[in-house]
Amino acid sequence: MTAHSFALPLVLFSAFCRLVGIAAPWFVPKGPNRGVIITMLVTTAVCCYLFWLIAILAQANPLFGPQLKNETIWYVRFLWE
Amino acid sequence: MGSLFRSEEVCLAQLFLQSASAYSCISELGERGLLEFRDLNPKVSPFQRRFVGEVRRCEEMEKTFTFLQQELRAAGRLPAPCPESPRAPAAREALRVQEQSEQLAQELREVSRSRSSLRDRLRDLRQHLHVLREGQRFTSLPVGPGVPAGLGREPILDPSLHHHLDRKINFVAGVIHPWRVTAFERLLWRACRGYLVASFVEMPEPMEDPATGESITWVIFLISYWGEQIGQKIRKISNCFHCQVYGYPESEASRTEAITRLHGQIQELSTLEETEKYLAEVLDKVAQVLPTWRVQVQKMKAIYLVLNQCSFDVTKKCLIAEVWCPVRDLTQVQDALRQGSVSGSCFVQRVPTTESPPTLIRTNKFTAGFQSIVDAYGVASYQEVNPAPYAIITFPFIFAIMFGDVGHGLLMFLFALWMVLYEDSPRLRQGTNEIWLTFFEGRYLILLMGAFSIYTGFIYNECFSKATAIFPSAWSVATMANHSSWSSAYLATHPSLTLDPNVTGVFQGPYPFGIDPIWSLATNHLNFLNSFKMKMSVVLGIVHMGFGVMLGVFNHVHFQQRHRLVLEFLPEMIFLLALFGYLVFLIFYKWIKFSAADSRVAPSILIHFIDMFLFTSNAENLPLYPGQVPVQMVLVVLALASVPVLLLGTPLYQWCRQRAPRTVRPRAVGGFMGITRRGIQHDFAEIFMHQAIHTIEYCLGCVSNTASYLRLWALSLAHAQLSEVLWSMVMRNGFVGLSYVGGVVLVPVFAAFAVLTVAILLVMEGLSAFLHALRLHWVEFQNKFYVGAGYKLCPFAFAPDTWE
Repeated sequence: MTAHSFALPLVLFSAFCRLVGIAAPWFVPKGPNRGVIITMLVTTAVCCYLFWLIAILAQANPLFGPQLKNETIWYVRFLWE
Repeated sequence: MGSLFRSEEVCLAQLFLQSASAYSCISELGERGLLEFRDLNPKVSPFQRRFVGEVRRCEEMEKTFTFLQQELRAAGRLPAPCPESPRAPAAREALRVQEQSEQLAQELREVSRSRSSLRDRLRDLRQHLHVLREGQRFTSLPVGPGVPAGLGREPILDPSLHHHLDRKINFVAGVIHPWRVTAFERLLWRACRGYLVASFVEMPEPMEDPATGESITWVIFLISYWGEQIGQKIRKISNCFHCQVYGYPESEASRTEAITRLHGQIQELSTLEETEKYLAEVLDKVAQVLPTWRVQVQKMKAIYLVLNQCSFDVTKKCLIAEVWCPVRDLTQVQDALRQGSVSGSCFVQRVPTTESPPTLIRTNKFTAGFQSIVDAYGVASYQEVNPAPYAIITFPFIFAIMFGDVGHGLLMFLFALWMVLYEDSPRLRQGTNEIWLTFFEGRYLILLMGAFSIYTGFIYNECFSKATAIFPSAWSVATMANHSSWSSAYLATHPSLTLDPNVTGVFQGPYPFGIDPIWSLATNHLNFLNSFKMKMSVVLGIVHMGFGVMLGVFNHVHFQQRHRLVLEFLPEMIFLLALFGYLVFLIFYKWIKFSAADSRVAPSILIHFIDMFLFTSNAENLPLYPGQVPVQMVLVVLALASVPVLLLGTPLYQWCRQRAPRTVRPRAVGGFMGITRRGIQHDFAEIFMHQAIHTIEYCLGCVSNTASYLRLWALSLAHAQLSEVLWSMVMRNGFVGLSYVGGVVLVPVFAAFAVLTVAILLVMEGLSAFLHALRLHWVEFQNKFYVGAGYKLCPFAFAPDTWE
């Protein structure tokens, strides 16, 4: 229904994950758990970013479209748009 | 990075303890809980050890304590747990405790005995009294003091008859258990028929049975008979039935006199009350000191058991103990020894050893849960890389891939949050249900699992199986309808139609966060979702396994086996990346390069991959990029070439090193020392076998483990389908009726939906996803680098939760 760019979410989410994974570790207070917290931050950033990236790339160039029931088409066409 | 990364350095040390201060030193060390003591007298039986006398004394004291505890429990008091933990007592104090406890036990025994004898006597007297009173009813006209007036009943035996009969009427009176009454009556009638009159009446108040202690309503019987022999028979029969027989005086006056006398005796037994009070006092005293004593004596016994493990050095008159000590704690140990010993004469000395020390990984309440699931597979070998810090995030993440649903994740997160916020409440901590304790121990685990499930739920766009349109959908139905002129009439005749992304304006860019909500309305959404999830599983699996191989680098570097970096790590990585890294590349390449315009001729990655191994090509399957076939051939050759390097590299290297002149170099743990030629051959064969197994396991494992990661797809599909079925078959029925009645019907429908959601989707699916995530970690991830053949350091400590 609306156009979504591909570049904008990519840039935004990458920046956010870099913030969590690269910048935040510098601000972890010194203590016995510093290493563990840094590991957790980096691992979280990598896992979440990779998962999101797979999801958006899988939809970037779809090879086929959704098959809808006629009721759904009618509803969406005339009541939503 | 702290000791979570790899286990701490643990050294073997010897403690030299003066005999006089050995006890207090061990007590200090036990309070701090730092060291694991090794048994230096393994061949000595427990009865021949040095301190067996003291241990026996402690056990005797414990027996006394058990007796005291039983008495407390019998009196209905629960012993309170010890508030603070007292230290182990010195020898003099222990003696005092022993004396006092024995004294208390003696007192308690005496008091209980006197109390029970008094109670028996009281019961006896009261029974006699009741027998006499009730008997009055049958045998006298003038009513006695205890019988209610206006009874108006004829006495069974007319006293006037007494004079007319020749024979004297005798009486046998007593009490009998109510269950035996009928049998007693029958036997009496059979044995002495006609010559007796027996009457039975229930006692007005129930009384305690001396044997069983329960309250029973006894039955009083009064038998009047003629003749001496009958009397003997009756007495024998009542003896058989365990009746309590009392003397029943014949004349009226003597009966009343007996009654008044009994009353007097009962009054005298007021000492019973004083006895009870004294007993209560003694029990109070016991309840006060018993918990502390128990803890103290248990600590003492533990210390003596440890002292039994030390060896006695006659020349220096001291005890030698061998301990495993974390290197970081050596100063603390010296402190403890200084505090415990009188003249500072005890000291600790490090001892070199070739044995493999135990593993110590210090955890806090957050990391303990994750470390325990790693340890459940195998405790880490000494100083090898610990997979736990990565598992803190990857385990909940992999769980969440299989569980992804915002609603279910939120419920799980809130449940864990409640447990975490109230973790200090004693009610939660002292639950006895094992299943509840398991959930409580893993509360941080469940918290992270729920949090990641919310994230993956947003990516999958599923909230209780419904998609949310946070951003508007990217697919435009209107454009497609206008393009293909789908009028209402056309729609009526065509039950399902497909949106074609080739038409401009239908597809307007990828959904920025997650899966587009239009797919949840589509009938072919599984086609898209399956392709997406399968590729996702393969990509994540290969990344996880590659990470595991890279963790092995830390092991090679730490154990100073740098040759393994080139001879093992490099071929492993080449094999993995050349084949499966290339697969990941193909997946990403196809996503980026191929769009709907060439959807008809889009190549199949699977067929390309299979053809790569078979060195064939399929004419109908177009190449993804120019020059694909030669590139693939190079990669396969590279991968195949790395296999013999992996197989033979390390064994040959070590064999060459043995043959070369021996140089002084630090031997790392696990180094190979063959001395004779035959020794070299034998060890070489073993090493070669080990390496062959490792190679086969790795190469075949790469293929099978990649396929094993497809369970991520399978389980997430199952979860999505289950929640969709639950919604469409249960919850939707509540929304069908639009009237007020429909609103009322919605309540039980929602109840059923909620119960099934929690039972099936949260508990069952949660456990299932937990299990599979655990398996992926234990097998597919850890067999790339983890050996897990160590044993834990169990320090000697007085753990508070073992005392109760």
